[in-house]
Amino acid sequence: MNPLIPLFIAIPLAGAFLIMILGKFFMDMNRYFASMILLILLIFSIFSLATTGTDISVYKVGGWEPVNKIPIGIYMVMDGLTVIVLCIINVVGFMSVFYSISYIKRYTSENYFYALFCLMIAGMNGVVLSGDLFNIFVFLEISVIAAYALVAFGVEKNELEATFKYQVLGGLASFLILFGIGFIYWKAKTLNIADIREVFSNGYDKRYYVLVQVLILAGFGLKAAIIPFHAWLPDAHSSAPSPISAMLSGVLIKAVGIYVIIRLFFNMFDITEGTAILITSMGALSMVIGVFLAIGQWDIKRLLAYHSISQMGYVVLSTGIGMILISRGIRLEVAALAIAGGLFHLVNHAMFKGLLFLNAGAIEYKTGTRDLKEMGGLSGIMPWTSSTSFVASMSISGIPPFNGFFSKLIIIIAAILGRFYFLALLAVIVSIITLASFLKFQRYAFYNTKEKKKTEKNDVPFPMVFSMVMMSILCVLLSLLIFPGIRDAVLKPAVDILMDPSKYASQIIGI
Amino acid sequence: MKGMTVIVKKTTQLIAGMVFLYGIYVVIHGHLTPGGGFAGGVIMAGSFILLILAYGSEFMNLIREESGSTLYENLAILVVLFLAVSGLLLGARTFFLNWLPKGTLGQLVSAGMLPLYNIFIGIEVAASILTIFLALIIFKEEISK
Amino acid sequence: MTVYLLCFILFLVGFYGVITRRNLVKIAISLSIMEVSIFLFFALIGYIDGGVAPIVDPSDPARIYVDPLPQAMVLTAIVIGLATTAMLMAVIIRIYRKYGTFDIREIRNLRG
Repeated sequence: MNPLIPLFIAIPLAGAFLIMILGKFFMDMNRYFASMILLILLIFSIFSLATTGTDISVYKVGGWEPVNKIPIGIYMVMDGLTVIVLCIINVVGFMSVFYSISYIKRYTSENYFYALFCLMIAGMNGVVLSGDLFNIFVFLEISVIAAYALVAFGVEKNELEATFKYQVLGGLASFLILFGIGFIYWKAKTLNIADIREVFSNGYDKRYYVLVQVLILAGFGLKAAIIPFHAWLPDAHSSAPSPISAMLSGVLIKAVGIYVIIRLFFNMFDITEGTAILITSMGALSMVIGVFLAIGQWDIKRLLAYHSISQMGYVVLSTGIGMILISRGIRLEVAALAIAGGLFHLVNHAMFKGLLFLNAGAIEYKTGTRDLKEMGGLSGIMPWTSSTSFVASMSISGIPPFNGFFSKLIIIIAAILGRFYFLALLAVIVSIITLASFLKFQRYAFYNTKEKKKTEKNDVPFPMVFSMVMMSILCVLLSLLIFPGIRDAVLKPAVDILMDPSKYASQIIGI
Repeated sequence: MKGMTVIVKKTTQLIAGMVFLYGIYVVIHGHLTPGGGFAGGVIMAGSFILLILAYGSEFMNLIREESGSTLYENLAILVVLFLAVSGLLLGARTFFLNWLPKGTLGQLVSAGMLPLYNIFIGIEVAASILTIFLALIIFKEEISK
Repeated sequence: MTVYLLCFILFLVGFYGVITRRNLVKIAISLSIMEVSIFLFFALIGYIDGGVAPIVDPSDPARIYVDPLPQAMVLTAIVIGLATTAMLMAVIIRIYRKYGTFDIREIRNLRG
C-alpha cells in the first residue's frame, strides 16, 4: 500500500494546527512555514504524477481487509484522474501562499489566514483522494467551512454580505448532497464507490435512480457554480482577498464540484441518455450566459468571476458530449477525445484563471482600485504584471501558442466529430466574445494612456512577481500536453479509468 | 456581561462539578455505551459555559482565557494526529491502526486505542466550543464599549 | 412510508423558511431545521425489523441489532452542522455591527 496517500491529508492538517500554536511565539515565521508545507506537498504530488501511470493504488485506512469480497472500512484511492487534480491543487496552492507572503501584510491576524489556508488544502486533498462516499462529504465540508472564513477575511461590508450568500447556498448544497447519500445508502447498504457500482449493476428501479442522480447533480452543481446554480459566485469571488480568489476560482470549484461530478457519474452511476443531455445543456447554458454577463462588467474581479462560469461551462459541455456518446454506445473514440479535452481544459483553466486573479490582486495592490475606468497606462509602471497578464489573457481567449488554444481546439473537434454542430458553433462564438472581453480588460488596465502619468518602474514586491512569472511559464509549458508522448503519460490513464466503467470497480474490489 | 441572581449562582455552584464529572464518564465509556468523544466533549464544555453564564464575565480576563483554550484545542488535535500516525510505524503500517491489545468484551480497559482517541477528542471538542463561546463574548464586550 | 414523507415535509418547511424570512437569524434557524430533517431520515433508514440498539451485550452477543452505520454518519453530520451554524452566527454578528440591522433587504451593497 502506498504510504504517500494519507500524508497528503495529514501534513496540511498538522501544519494548520502547528501554525496556530507557533504563531504565539514566533510572529513572522508563519508565512515561511506555510510555504514550506505546501512546497513539500507539491514535491509529493509531482512524484505521484510521475510514478502512478495506469495503476490504481488503494489504501485501506485502519487495515481492515475485505470480508467475503465485501469491502469494509474506508478506502482511499489514487488513480490517473486523482493525480492530475492533486497536482493542480498543490501547484496553485503553493503559488497562492507564496504570493500572499507580501499581500496579506495589510490585514491583521495573519496566522489565522495561513492556518485556514492549510485546512482548505487538506480538505481538498481529502476529497480527491477518497474512495468512499461519506468521506467525500466530510472533507468537502472541512474545505468549504475554511473557504467561508477566508472569503470574509478583511471584514468589510462587501465581504460579509458575500460570505453570507455563499454560506446559505453552500449549506443548501450540502443538505442536498446528504439527502442523496441517504438515498444511495438505503438501497445499496454500502458506502464504497466501487461496491455501489457492483450492487447497482444487478438491477435498479428507474425512478429511484433518476431521483438520486438529480439530487447529487443539484448538490454538486451548486458547489461548482454551473447555471442555474451560480448566484453566489460573482459576489464571493470578487470580494475575497486575491490569493483566496485565485484558490477559490482556480481550484475549489473544480476539486469539490466538477471532479466529484465526473467521478460519480462515470464510475458509480450507469450513464443514461436523459442525464447526459441534461448535463450537456447545463454546460452549454453556462458557457453562453456566463460570457454575456461578463461583457458589461467594469470591476475586474467580477469580470474574471463571470468568465469562470463560462469556462467551467466548456468543461461540463465536453464531459456531457462524452457521456451522450457513451450512453448511445456509438463512436467511443470521439467520447474519449471529448473527455480528454475537458480534463485538459480543467488543468489549463486552473493555471490561467489563477494567474489572472493574482494579476488583479497586483493591480489592486498598486493602484488601490478595482474599477476599469479609473486605471490606465500601467504597462509602463508594472512591466512584470502587464506581461504575465498579457500571457494569461491570450491563453483564456484561445490564441496559439498558449495552452487555451489547444484545449478549446480538442473540444471543438470532438463536438464536430460527434455530429453536434450547433454546440461547436456555440463554443467558437463564446471564444470570440471572450477574446473581445479580455481585449477590453487589457486596453483599459494597461495600455490606456490618454493622461501621461509619471512612468517610473515601480512593480509589486518580489514574492508576488515570482508567483505570477512561474504560473505564466506553466501556462506556456502546459501546451506541450498535446504532444502524443506526454499526453499518453498524463491524460490517457485518466480517460481510461473514466471510459471503462467496470475497470475501476473490479480493480478495487479485487485488491 | 453581568451575572445572575443569588439563587442561580448557588445552584450552579452545586451542579457544575457534577455536570463536568458526567461529561468525563461519557467520554471514558465511549466504547461501551453510546456517546464517545463528541457528545462527552460538548457536555464538558457545557459545565464551563454554565459557570460563565451564571457568574458573569466581569471578573475574568477574557483574552487570556481564550488564548488558553485555543492552546488546549490545538495541542489535543496534534496528539490525535500523532496517535494516528503512530500506526504507520508498527504492524500493518496503516493510518489509524488499532495496535494496543484488545482485551475482553465489556471491560473498561479494552478495545485497543479507542479510549485514547475518545479522551483526546473529548478534550478537543470541549476546548473548541469554549473558544467559540469566549470569542463571541469578547466581541460583544468590544461592541458595547 | 409515511415517516419518510414526514421527514421530507420537515425539509420543505425549513426550505420555505430560508426563502421567505427577512431576519438573518431566522434564516439560520431554518437551515438548522433542514439539517435536522436529514438526520431523522438517516436514523430511520437503518431500522431492521426486530432489532435492538446496537450495544453489544456480553452475555448474549448474537442478537439482531439495528444497523449502526447510519448512526455513526449522523453523529459526524451533527458535528459538521454545529461548525456550520457557529460560522454562520459569527458572520451574522459581524454583519449586525457593520450594517446596524438584521433585515436582509437592507444588505444589498453588491449589485450587477
